Amino acid sequence: MEGTLNLVGFGLAAIGPGIATGLIFAAYINGVARQPEARSVLQPIAFLGFALAEALALFGLVLAFVL
Amino acid sequence: MLELVRQGAEGEGFVPPSTKDFELPPIFGDSPYTTKPIFLVLLSVILISVFFIAASRKAAIVPSKLQFAGESVYAFVRNDLAKDVIGHEFLRFVPYLFTLFTFILVNNWFGIIPLLQFPTMSHVGFAYVLAAFTFFVFHYVGIRKHGAFKYIKDIMFMPGVPKAAYILITPLEILTFFLVRPLTLSLRLFANMFAGHLLLLVFILGGEHLAQGALGLKLVSPFAFGIGIVLTFFEFMVQCLQAYIFTLLTALYIAGALADEH
Repeated sequence: MEGTLNLVGFGLAAIGPGIATGLIFAAYINGVARQPEARSVLQPIAFLGFALAEALALFGLVLAFVL
Repeated sequence: MLELVRQGAEGEGFVPPSTKDFELPPIFGDSPYTTKPIFLVLLSVILISVFFIAASRKAAIVPSKLQFAGESVYAFVRNDLAKDVIGHEFLRFVPYLFTLFTFILVNNWFGIIPLLQFPTMSHVGFAYVLAAFTFFVFHYVGIRKHGAFKYIKDIMFMPGVPKAAYILITPLEILTFFLVRPLTLSLRLFANMFAGHLLLLVFILGGEHLAQGALGLKLVSPFAFGIGIVLTFFEFMVQCLQAYIFTLLTALYIAGALADEH
């Protein structure tokens, strides 16, 4: 078996952002379900939060290849 | 890529796709400036120009289908991105945001358009340039609005924060504004396109490799291709989302630079 431990590290690093993304969209869905007219206000906020959380996972991906 | 397929056919072990699959040879001669991504960028500029010139040429009150398509993209950027985020000064940023959105969108789509199938932004240089543009635009806008001294001062010493907290906040703010923002902006776009392309390669080349194996492996190979097709649709979603997020963040940074207090 060949390979690099970086990929295991990336797998571990992706857990946090994965949970974070789930929480962000759970909150967004909850918000829209309770108040459907707030959708247009909540949408950019949800995607912003998603983008910020996802950036962490992607740093892990980049580092997995760079290191 | 062909190399991989050939190795698979000769019964050697499967070589998983790696960063080498992104190092494409020059198309003409030896010049490193004639690789596929460069031509894709040129193609995207031509496609976008032709589409929007055609869509806006015969503007009528009752729009044709083409005009409707062009205008709905424009309306999306103008209303949902620029107007909602930046506020009353939004109009002068619409051209920049619109260019950014369509350029990234089309270049990302190249990742799944048959025959092209290479997202330009999976080469990090292109993403760096786009993020650098945004970086200069939002700092320039902030400096023009507040003056260089007040703008930098507001970044370094955020008003309304207790004095002792500056020890902690000032380095973080400098880091955020001058390093983290441009870096995350470019790396997010690059890494999404890079990872997406790699993912498709894994399933499609894997399916190809399985199809040349023993009978049992041949039976599994359609599933690998099937997942490859499903992931192509997933990629389409990610590509649109990344174009949206890049433009949204640019608009947010501009709005932050324009705001009276940061």
